[in-house]
Formats: sequence, structure tokens, C-alpha cells
Amino acid sequence: MKRSIIGLFLDENLAADALDDIRKAGYTMDEYEILTGLPYPEGTFGENEPKHKLYRWPLFGAVCGFIMGLLITAGTQVAYPLVTGGKPVLGIPPMAIIMYEGTMLGAIIFTIIGVVFESRLPRIFMGAYDTRITEGYIGITVTTSEDKIEKAEEILKNIGAEDIKRGWE
Amino acid sequence: MQEHIQLDPKEINDIALSPILETPKWWFPAVLISFGFIVAGLSAFFYMVYNGLGVTGLNRPVFWGFFIVNFVFWIGISHAGIMISAILRLTQAEWRRPITRAAEVLTVFSLMAALHTPLFHVGRPWRTYWVFPYDFSRGVWPNVRSPFVWDPSAVGTYLIASTLFVIICLLPDLAIIRDRTTGLRSKIYGILCLGWRGTPRQWKMQTIVGILLSALVLPVFVSVHSIVSWDFAVIVGVEGWHSTIFAPYFIIGAIHSGVSAVATFMVIMMWAWKGNNKILRPDHLDAIGRLLIIVATTWFLFLFLEISFALFTLERPEIVLRELQFFKWPFSGLFILFLLTAYFIPVPMWMFKKVRRSLPLMFITTILVNIGMWLERFLIIVPSLSRKTPFAFDWGSYTPSIVEILIVTETFAFVIFGLLLFSKFLPLIPIFDIKEGMVFRDEIKIGRRTVPASIRE
Repeated sequence: MKRSIIGLFLDENLAADALDDIRKAGYTMDEYEILTGLPYPEGTFGENEPKHKLYRWPLFGAVCGFIMGLLITAGTQVAYPLVTGGKPVLGIPPMAIIMYEGTMLGAIIFTIIGVVFESRLPRIFMGAYDTRITEGYIGITVTTSEDKIEKAEEILKNIGAEDIKRGWE
Repeated sequence: MQEHIQLDPKEINDIALSPILETPKWWFPAVLISFGFIVAGLSAFFYMVYNGLGVTGLNRPVFWGFFIVNFVFWIGISHAGIMISAILRLTQAEWRRPITRAAEVLTVFSLMAALHTPLFHVGRPWRTYWVFPYDFSRGVWPNVRSPFVWDPSAVGTYLIASTLFVIICLLPDLAIIRDRTTGLRSKIYGILCLGWRGTPRQWKMQTIVGILLSALVLPVFVSVHSIVSWDFAVIVGVEGWHSTIFAPYFIIGAIHSGVSAVATFMVIMMWAWKGNNKILRPDHLDAIGRLLIIVATTWFLFLFLEISFALFTLERPEIVLRELQFFKWPFSGLFILFLLTAYFIPVPMWMFKKVRRSLPLMFITTILVNIGMWLERFLIIVPSLSRKTPFAFDWGSYTPSIVEILIVTETFAFVIFGLLLFSKFLPLIPIFDIKEGMVFRDEIKIGRRTVPASIRE
């Protein structure tokens, strides 16, 4: 099992310096993380830009929704071809409306699923975490093997972390 | 936004979470009263189900009355959330931050209220399944050429989209409540926030989803009220509704009533939770007041076009309908009241900065708009059906019964009840959005003046 440690900072510059030191000490990107209570501009702490494929999700959802819309409109009307009001069984305007709504619904639902997936949620084990993060503190966590955790703690302490806590991953 | 008050994250948490962590004295009585109206409305509904639609004022040729008027009204109010949230989010308007959540939540409850009324209107709601294509065994499918199938597909899409929008944007705020509470409460909020930690990846997804969903929901928002307008426009028998301008006219009317409802709700939030006054400032009301002048005037142009082009054709059914709307009592009185409340009283008042920044005056004027917009829908529906049409053959009148009045009142109570419950368990102010606004804000000196400036990524 890996050990996890969190250092809390109030100052953004100090947190950025701490992250630099962690990186210089040889910890990899998978081992450290920065936790904040609000969305800072990307790269504020010198962290790497997270890569994602979120934009593919709505496209895939839209295609699924479009197919569903087509089946609901064309499929059902062909299966039960009842002429009403002298209108064609497969009329473009009503089909377009329902297919449009289906496409948008598919895109929206898949966007939500995509966001949850790309955010790496749900997360069952919180690891090293502190409730003060949502009150403005900046947390730097290091999750690593037992033998490397002491060094991380020392770095965070030396740079001036307000508080340091340990946890299990 | 010159009146900005710089707050630290803890102060923002305290303000935004105070309705959840402390219960104001008025909360329980307000919940009880609104619940009482819901019970009264539902009792009236069950009485109607037991006795049939004969207990309403609906009769040939006026088959659509208060229920459908109310349906269109609530669909209109529901456009508030997207107008405020999505458009202002996409245009990065800074003043949107404190009001987006309230507007989105108002959208969700308005849509739920809107969906009530057609269910009540059909008289036999247990047969609603006829509009859904589920019946694989019998092979009988809904007629997709009917606008009454388009409607549930559009409103359903909008309701699902708006609800998901609210839920996904709530995740970081749910984590704040998790961290501020203890015991079972903390555990429940911990599950609801899906274990949110606030990593750069999670924040990036939040930022993108706000923009992405805004862009995806906006076309749905346009389609919903267009389709609602086609419920009227494609009906063969009622000539007064054969209008190609109905879709944009309905949309702009919906925005007018929806944005007014958001302004009303903002005033109530400022009155009900005094702490909110540090985040919601008169500046915000001023901004929404200016927006309302533009929206109201655009809507008025569409109203003018709708009436003038209908008369310009010199078609007999249109002339008869307008005569009924403008000169026959009680429609004539209602028409004057509609014009005064929806435009001629509020808009000239909003021209004055003092009015736009005054809580009581903004409350009164925005309530007036929604009285007017409710009347507008009544004047579109009832006079058009009252006159002789090709398939109804005779003239008729409509007087709503107490059953309809109680059911309509129930929808208003439902929205209030829903908002009260939401405010008790979830934050009405988007906390992380406010915090982001505080971080991105700086002060710059121009000459001898120091003014706030916003940084954009």
C-alpha cells in the first residue's frame, strides 16, 4: 500500500515553490498532486496541463442520439404506417424536430458522463486530504512508497507548509 | 461592477452556506404555507379526476384554458436559467457569477411546474404513456407528426439538460458542504460530491463543462419555446394562431418573463438572506435591469409585428380575433392591463438608475412583467378559441372554475416550495464561481481613480 502526505499552504507562490522542490527531488507526475478550493488559472503552480478527450464525448453522444431519433421517428412510423391528416408517413419537418432533440439529448448526457469520467470521479478513497482546502488553503499531496514519504515530508516542512498531514491511499 | 467587495474564501463559504447551516425563522412557515397550497391544488386535481373535466370551465369551443396558459407561462419562466447562465457564461460577463445557480434552479423547478399542467389538462393523466414510444408488444406507436409528441421530446430534453447542468456544477460546492459539516451529513454530501478533491484536472473539467453545456443547451432552449409555439401555429382549425412569427415571438417573450423572474428571485435572495448582500450587489440588479430594457423592447417589437402584419392582410378571421382582443370586454380590459404591466409601466421605470438599483421597485416592476406575460398567453389562447372556427362551428366563452384556479396556484406554490427546499440543502450561490471571480479580480489605477479589473484566461 502506498503512503500519502499533504502539505497546506496559504500563499500561492510558496505552493508553487514547494511543487518545484518536489519535482526537483525526483518525484514523478503521478506521485504529486495539487489540491485547491477554487479554479486557479492553468499553470499557476507550475503544474502540467491535464490532457483530456472530453470533446469526443458529446460527438459520440450526438451520433447515438441522432440514431435513436431516427429509429423513433422513421422506424416507428414505418412499423405502423398510419396516414393522419393527409401528411406523409415519413414527413421531414416532424422527423427533424425529434431527431434534433434526440441528438442534443445524446450530446448532453454523454458530456456529463464524459466530465465525470475525465474528472476521475467518483473517487472512493480520499487519500491525504484536509477540509481547509475548501476554505482557501492550497494542498500539495505526495503519494508514494513508504521509503520515499519521509523525504517528501521534509521538503514540505522546509519550504514552510502551514500544516502537514499523512494519509493512506 | 464598481461596488465589488473583496472577500476571502472562508467568508464566501460562510455567506453562501448560512442558509444551509442555519435555518432562518421564516423558513418553516414559508415551507408550510407553500405545502398547504400544493395540497389544496392536488386535492382539486383529484376531485377533477374523480368527476371529470366538466368541473373546469373548459367547454366547446374553448378547450384550452388556464392549464395551457399556465404551461406556456412556466415554459417561459424556465428560459431564465439558460438566458442568464449560458449566454452570460459564454460571453464571460462577470456579473453573472452570483446569479447563475439561482437562475438554473429556477429553470428546473419551472419546467417541472410546466410539465404538471398538461398532465392535469388531459384529464386522464394515466394515459400519458401514449406520447412515449415504448410499446414494442402491440406495435402501435405514437404519431410523430403531432406537435403533442414534439412537445414532450423538447421539454423533456430541456429538463434533463438543465437538471444535469445544475448537478454537475454543484459538485465543488457539495464538497465545501462536506468539509463544513460532520457526521452523517458530511457523509451524505461526500457521496453526492463523488469524492471531489479539487485537482487541476477536476477544475479544468468544471471550467470546460460550463462552456460546453452552455453551448449545447442554448440550441435546446431555442427549440423548446419554438416547439411550444408550434403547438398553436400548426393547428388547422384556429386561424388566429397561423403565424410564422410565433416561434421567435414566443422565445423573446419567454426571455422577457424569465429574466424578470430571475430579477425577482435576486431581490428575494437579497431580502431573505442578508449575508447575500455582500455578494449580490445593487450593481447586479442594475445590470439585469439594463438587460431587461433591451429584452422588453425587442419583445415589444415582435408583439407589434405580430399584430400589425395580422391586420395588414385584411383577412377576416384575424380582424375578428383582434376586434375581440381589443374591444370586447373582458378581453379589452385584460389587453390594456397586459400592455401596461408587461411594457409601459416597467420599461420607462427601468430607464432610471435609481429604480434599477432599488430592491422594492425592481421587485414590483419584475412581478408586473410576469403578470403581463401570463395575461399575454391568456390573450393568445382564449380569444382565439372563443370565436367561431372551421371545426368548432360556434362562438363560446370561458370562465375558469375554482378547480383550475387552485391547480394553477399549486404550480406557483410548487416552484416556491422547490426553491425553499433547495436553499435549505444546497447553495443557491455558486461558491466556487464567486471565489474564482475574487481571484481573477485585481485593481488598476487609471489617473487618480482605482477601479476593479478582471483577468481572463
